Amino acid sequence: MSDLTQTAPRSGLSLGLLNVARGALPVVVVVGLLLGIWLAAVGPMNFRLALDQASRGGADVVPATPQEQGQTGLIRLMLDNPSVLPAAYVFERPRLPRPQDVLIEMRDNTVGLARGCEWTGWGAEAENWTGFSDGCLRVVNNRRSLIFHAWKTLAPTLVGFAIGTGLGILLAVGIVHNRTMDLSVMPWAIASQTIPILAIAPMVIVVLNAVGVQGLLPKSLISSYLSFFPVVVGMVKGLRSPGAMELDLMRTYSGSGAQVFWKLRLPASLPYLFTSLKIGIAAALVGTIVAELPTGARFGLGARLLTGSYYGQTVQIWAALFTAAISAALLVWIIGAIERRVLTGMGLAR
Amino acid sequence: MSVVANRGFAGLNPKIWMAAAACVAGFAYDWRVGLLLTIWFVAWGVNVVLSGQRSRAARLAVPVIFGVTLLVLWQISVRAFGVNQVILPAPSDIWTAIVQNVPILWADFMQTVVKGALSGYVIGAALAIGTAIAVDRSQFLQRGLLPVGNFIAALPIVGTAPILVMWFGFGWQSKAAVVVVMVFFPILVNAVAGLKATEAMQRDLMHTYAASYWQGLFKLRLPAALPFIFNGLKVCTTLALIGAIVAEFFGSPIVGMGFRIKTSFGTLELAMVWAEIAVSAVAGSGLYGLVALAERRMTFWHPSQQR
Repeated sequence: MSDLTQTAPRSGLSLGLLNVARGALPVVVVVGLLLGIWLAAVGPMNFRLALDQASRGGADVVPATPQEQGQTGLIRLMLDNPSVLPAAYVFERPRLPRPQDVLIEMRDNTVGLARGCEWTGWGAEAENWTGFSDGCLRVVNNRRSLIFHAWKTLAPTLVGFAIGTGLGILLAVGIVHNRTMDLSVMPWAIASQTIPILAIAPMVIVVLNAVGVQGLLPKSLISSYLSFFPVVVGMVKGLRSPGAMELDLMRTYSGSGAQVFWKLRLPASLPYLFTSLKIGIAAALVGTIVAELPTGARFGLGARLLTGSYYGQTVQIWAALFTAAISAALLVWIIGAIERRVLTGMGLAR
Repeated sequence: MSVVANRGFAGLNPKIWMAAAACVAGFAYDWRVGLLLTIWFVAWGVNVVLSGQRSRAARLAVPVIFGVTLLVLWQISVRAFGVNQVILPAPSDIWTAIVQNVPILWADFMQTVVKGALSGYVIGAALAIGTAIAVDRSQFLQRGLLPVGNFIAALPIVGTAPILVMWFGFGWQSKAAVVVVMVFFPILVNAVAGLKATEAMQRDLMHTYAASYWQGLFKLRLPAALPFIFNGLKVCTTLALIGAIVAEFFGSPIVGMGFRIKTSFGTLELAMVWAEIAVSAVAGSGLYGLVALAERRMTFWHPSQQR
């Protein structure tokens, strides 16, 4: 450690840190700005509710009756009753919760669920195979746990994504090697992207349930459909990306069709494939969540959104939304990490 | 005579023999399977011949034949196998539902597409482009906004629908709000990237003309950004429709495509559900086509538009 600090010139080290800070600072500022706008909006959004509660509680508010309050503009109300504003920020069932309320809700519904969590080991006292006490496992298997619901959404997403990607790559290979397939299927593949098929996802689920297909598969079907076309379009572009020069080179090596495919077209298509995969997995997750919406799904992030909306639990909706966002970011990040490793290994990284 | 015939058969592609064998096997198993296989292989054979042609008409005919074949297969298999209406209606049933319900479909179209999706789309696009121009002068904000915008664009934003319906009520305003949120970030990211797309040489030329900031913006950088902006606009046409329809699942007046899909499904009028899907498909492709047309008119100078 001391060697490192001695050999690395001091100015270089601090310059490196400065560069990292310079890259991260704008992002931090923008995120801070967005959070600031959110916090500033909490008061006005909840003000009418808080005012109503205050006047019911017997406090002196300026237009005394709810009817007059309803007819008065929001800015007027806020100017006349500044004392109610703090109450708007700590409102019980807010129209817009504070960011920290959402974080607290997320903590309560993940690690906060643990009861009597301890390490039991795998010996005679083990309560289950993980070696942690059952109290710990409440974090992931409790019905309230966001991790539990996220997994109920992620599992079909991943299965569907795998199916969609596999079929998409196969179709793309067919399209590139068969002119008839290219002319017949490609226009429809592109046109199908302009159709809001996601909107009927819930119906597809119910129909499949009626036919007897149940469990993971119906939701996976939606996510596979949504990840299928981005992969087809991206892969066709990628497999066709080698130029005349490279194809000619393969011909001078007297490479066979299979060799051209495995040694030139497939490697050349990988950057395009990864870009499509990132779009595809985000679309697949959205598909699963929407598919859960009006079908009365009991588990999953979509189900959390729906029950939250039924019972007016805004904090629950926001927590589900944030969990979905974190899941999406995680999935895209994982694919990005694989992309960097693979492309760097192949010398294709930009 | 037999020599000629032999030659004729021998000259045939072995693939045709395989297809014919598959059809015969299909008929032997079940005449309906055989019929479907025969139609499929005949249509595919026509397409193979046509795709060998160089003419423009042949290139246009191939996808049409493929689409029509799928429709015919759908119709025949639903009728021949007696598939329950509740599971999958035949295309002819869907067409009947469309023809019989034109006024309802038109009202739903106006409510969801024109009032909800289009107004939200226009507001969202205007806000996004305006924001892009506003942050354009600050390198700092741009560097922060691009990664954050890219991140948000990948999130399941449609999940905000229940919140926005709670805020803006059941009318079309809440649907427009969902659409605004959905289309804002993809267009913003594209517009910010597009405004940076000019080369130093071009900006220097503007400088030598003593062009003001606004002149440089309107005469050089905004036109140069158009291909990027249109890219975002095209992606967002579908998003807008999805947002407007999905938001109606969380609450709507008794008109609208999402409402109709949900209630028709509840009463098991599947043909009506499919009719709405057909309308949304036409609306989605039409919207995309309009934006693509505008792109062709406005960015005719870009290499991607030249054929």
